Amino acid sequence: MPTISVDKEDLFKLLGQTYTTEEFDELCFEFGIELDEDTTEECENGERPQLKIEIPANRYDMLCIEGIAQALNEFLGRSEPPKFTLEPATPQITLTIKESTKAIRQYAASAVLRNIEFDERKYNSFIELQDKLHTNLCRNRTLVAIGTHDLDTLTPPFTYEALPPSEIKFVPLNQTKEMDGHQLMEFYEKDKHLGKYLHIIRDSPVFPVILDSNRTVGSLPPIINSNHSKITLNTKNVFIDITGTDKTKTEIVLNQIVAMFSRYSKVPFQIEPVQIISEFNNESRVCPNITPRKAEAEISYINSCVGLDYSGEQIAELLKKMSLSAAPSKTKEDIIDVEIPITRSDILHQCDIMEDAAIAFGYNNLVKTKPKSDSVVAAPLPINKVADILRLASSQSGYSEVLPLTLCSHDENFKYLRTVDDNTKAVKLENPKTVEYQVVRTTLVPGLLKTVKENRKHSLPIRVFEAGDIVLKNPELERKAYNQRNWSAVYVGKTSGFEYVQGLLGKIMQTMRTPWLENPKTDDRRGYWIEEDKENPTFFPGRGAKIFFRAVQGEEAKEIGSIGVLHPEVMQNFEIPYAGSSVEINAEVFL
Amino acid sequence: MSDLQLSILKKVHDSNGVIENTLQVPEFADIDANTLHSNLTSLWAKEMITFSKIEIDQWNLTPEAESFVTNGATPEIQVVDEVLKSLETLTINDLKAKLGPIGLVGQGKAFKNKWLSKDGDKLVAKVDKLPQDIVLEELKTIKETGSLEDKKELTELKKRKLITLVKIVGYKVEKAAKFALEIKSYETDITAEMVANGSWKDAEFKPYNFNSEGVYPQSGALHPLMKVREEFRQIFFSMGFTEMPSNQYVETGFWNFDTLFVPQQHPARDLQDTFYLKDPVKAGKPEDMEYWDNIRKVHQEGKYGSIGYRYPWKEDESLRMVLRTHTTAISSAMLHKLAKDPKPCRLFSIDRVFRNEAVDATHLAEFHQVEGVLAGYDITLGDLIGFMEDFFGKMGVNGLRFKAAYNPYTEPSLEIFAYHKGLGKWVEIGNSGMFRPEMLESMGLPKNLRVLGWGLSLERPTMIKYGVSNIRELLGHKVSLDFIETNPAARLDEALV
Repeated sequence: MPTISVDKEDLFKLLGQTYTTEEFDELCFEFGIELDEDTTEECENGERPQLKIEIPANRYDMLCIEGIAQALNEFLGRSEPPKFTLEPATPQITLTIKESTKAIRQYAASAVLRNIEFDERKYNSFIELQDKLHTNLCRNRTLVAIGTHDLDTLTPPFTYEALPPSEIKFVPLNQTKEMDGHQLMEFYEKDKHLGKYLHIIRDSPVFPVILDSNRTVGSLPPIINSNHSKITLNTKNVFIDITGTDKTKTEIVLNQIVAMFSRYSKVPFQIEPVQIISEFNNESRVCPNITPRKAEAEISYINSCVGLDYSGEQIAELLKKMSLSAAPSKTKEDIIDVEIPITRSDILHQCDIMEDAAIAFGYNNLVKTKPKSDSVVAAPLPINKVADILRLASSQSGYSEVLPLTLCSHDENFKYLRTVDDNTKAVKLENPKTVEYQVVRTTLVPGLLKTVKENRKHSLPIRVFEAGDIVLKNPELERKAYNQRNWSAVYVGKTSGFEYVQGLLGKIMQTMRTPWLENPKTDDRRGYWIEEDKENPTFFPGRGAKIFFRAVQGEEAKEIGSIGVLHPEVMQNFEIPYAGSSVEINAEVFL
Repeated sequence: MSDLQLSILKKVHDSNGVIENTLQVPEFADIDANTLHSNLTSLWAKEMITFSKIEIDQWNLTPEAESFVTNGATPEIQVVDEVLKSLETLTINDLKAKLGPIGLVGQGKAFKNKWLSKDGDKLVAKVDKLPQDIVLEELKTIKETGSLEDKKELTELKKRKLITLVKIVGYKVEKAAKFALEIKSYETDITAEMVANGSWKDAEFKPYNFNSEGVYPQSGALHPLMKVREEFRQIFFSMGFTEMPSNQYVETGFWNFDTLFVPQQHPARDLQDTFYLKDPVKAGKPEDMEYWDNIRKVHQEGKYGSIGYRYPWKEDESLRMVLRTHTTAISSAMLHKLAKDPKPCRLFSIDRVFRNEAVDATHLAEFHQVEGVLAGYDITLGDLIGFMEDFFGKMGVNGLRFKAAYNPYTEPSLEIFAYHKGLGKWVEIGNSGMFRPEMLESMGLPKNLRVLGWGLSLERPTMIKYGVSNIRELLGHKVSLDFIETNPAARLDEALV
């Protein structure tokens, strides 16, 4: 969620009222934004108090003080929604998009704001709104980038093209030296602010560029504008270029900017349109499109969801507080026609209109009811029930439950256990921030040993267990991997304690109605036994075994896990200065 | 041992019920203080006497000083004596030959006292008769009484290493309630033998000290977080919720995001927030290809009365493998299943989710999400609020407030707040909402079967409840086993004071 810092005094002036922090907090809460901080207390010598307000991630119309004040004023019934106009009705200025942009970012939109009166705080708000849009809706300029220019320094008509970097030469914003596209990439390589955007176009053979009729560079989206067309406090006429890879978002961004800042035009909310000529992709049009979108909402649906019995007119009253102009349909039953202003691009469906009606009514004014208690039968997940039985039996046997993470390093899951990854089992992460999270565990033992390591100072012996999920690959599945619930325990002490973990296994098997079979070859009952395993490198030679389980008399037995004395190298790998033994089984065999 | 105790009792009796100081009693004076103390304690435990410690400073003569007393003179006096006796013909070497090392010590002291001087190598007396041996007298007094009245002299003698200070301990002993001249023996415990032969009837038992803890049993323990999880499960079960098969950590972009109407450019899908897999790298498509197509349309062009997000929806993005970022991926699969036979239902899960976040005191790359899903015909927002009050009421949290919020897959979305007395402010305790029609109708669920969803983390309420400030001390291998072993029962509805 974006946090917007606004000038407290300015905002209260726009709202026509001064609030205490508590009162303003309450207003925010009711509207669905959040007052994060009021800096009044911390302000020193002449600093202006700020309010830091958290805005829902889809309310792009509230990313600046102008938008926040507008929305709150309408919510409070103090202001009508702005009526945007285009002047002149037929665009004088054109922006021609060349087909060459198709290779890099083919969409562009544009508009002009005439006779703007900036002062320092308005100017800063204008710049900050662009920043906020860039980081949020524009996804760090990958989807959309904004350029704003002093129109009087440029000569329309404009073109938007993609050119080889060596052919683009200009002085970037706030610089003095002219550079070409390559030099610019090099120059901003280490730049804290702009360096992170270079990747968006760097490897492309052509860079996008906005040019005027004299081939003067206006901007090199999505990186930087030219110094030539720089906006200052004295700028009167603003040319806005929006370029992007996402057509819808390109429009939304332009609409938000003109909606927010056309209020500072000589005639408030008047915008000068630009003719976009984009023949190669059939996107020629007049920008911006300020016509409110017409939508319909069912009165019965809104009433039913919110738990009201309101007429269409009453609902329209509610919606007015949320900047939506609505009226009952003259032709259709149970329908209200809703006009969605260009600021409210978050409204996609009638459920969004229903939400606005509910907010306007007030969530905390809703009549509390209870959902019909349809006859429902509760049940635990079967594997959780099995795991709970094993957990209780283990803790009753003097073992303590631990809860290590399921992500671990590749070494912990393999090398430290003296095993080798054959790439058939473990799921591997693409983008972990640390080596701690390279793979999803395929055994519970590393987590148990890591926990023991952290508790080396605990009195001996240390007895811990876990019933948890491991993840194994399976190319046959849609999700290519599945969870398996395992149960594992570790004993660590002055001696290896093999007999103790074996005894614990016996206790677990006893709990699961599974007797020890002394002669599994001749005795074909349900039961379990262990057989020496010479292959398992995690265990000390001659001290490791496989665990076998036969679920039903006469049936084939299954290997379900392993038990053994942990190899001294394993103990050393996990930095445990003692001896130990482990047991691990697949708990799902008890389902 | 008990002989000593008997003689202590006798002495107390003989001295009218009180021994002022055992040091002054000759028969106790030489007994080592520790022995005396343990015997007195034993009598005190039987409430026969009370006693208090008396500590006295005592000066003892060093072996050197002892030898002066034995010789009847200090070295300086001996030296002056020799000089006077020799009629001043004695040289330093003569003195050395005559008195040995003492001569040297005495000579120095005698010079300092201005009793002697030197004439060439001859020693000359500056006094005509032997001076009084004051030091010797002082040493004798100290030997007798252990001290001197003149504290300055004590310091002098200590400097000369003639005396040392020791602390000696004596006791004042007085009669107590159960005083007697004989000591009864007390039994410490009832034994099986006593029970069998009835000897307990005649035995007297040592009183118990109840002001001490017992011996703790050797035991295992369940993890505190799992205990809180069980509390949540029981709340869900009591409200008719069935546990979802949440045992599927690996998900596809399709189920984790697309089915939940999270657009493909949503920041939650960034590498910064979500763990993607490099092995396996690409998912299979779902069996229900009509559903797949509905999802594509609802994102790309809009459907079910929604204008959609209007962007080119990419199959490859949908088929990327992820570690699930929320258990809602499972809820989505369950609701898709429900669409085959739509009816009201109540589902929940408490399981792990994964976020590629920077780890700190309140964030881990994996944690547990508690999630509830309630489907019913024509459910209202009033139902949601009423239900949440019941749900959180079961864990002792009352007086909720709801704030509008944004979530891509619920509309409306309501953040749930409760007043936290300790922090003195409203804190967010969970998220809730109605799943979007774009999500539900794509599955084929009927329009008026509305579905509520809500969630919270398992760790946060546990940390608040038990005052754990660092999540790493709760979940993961850095947990202290002592913390697990001594952790009390988790009772969410219990007011902690």
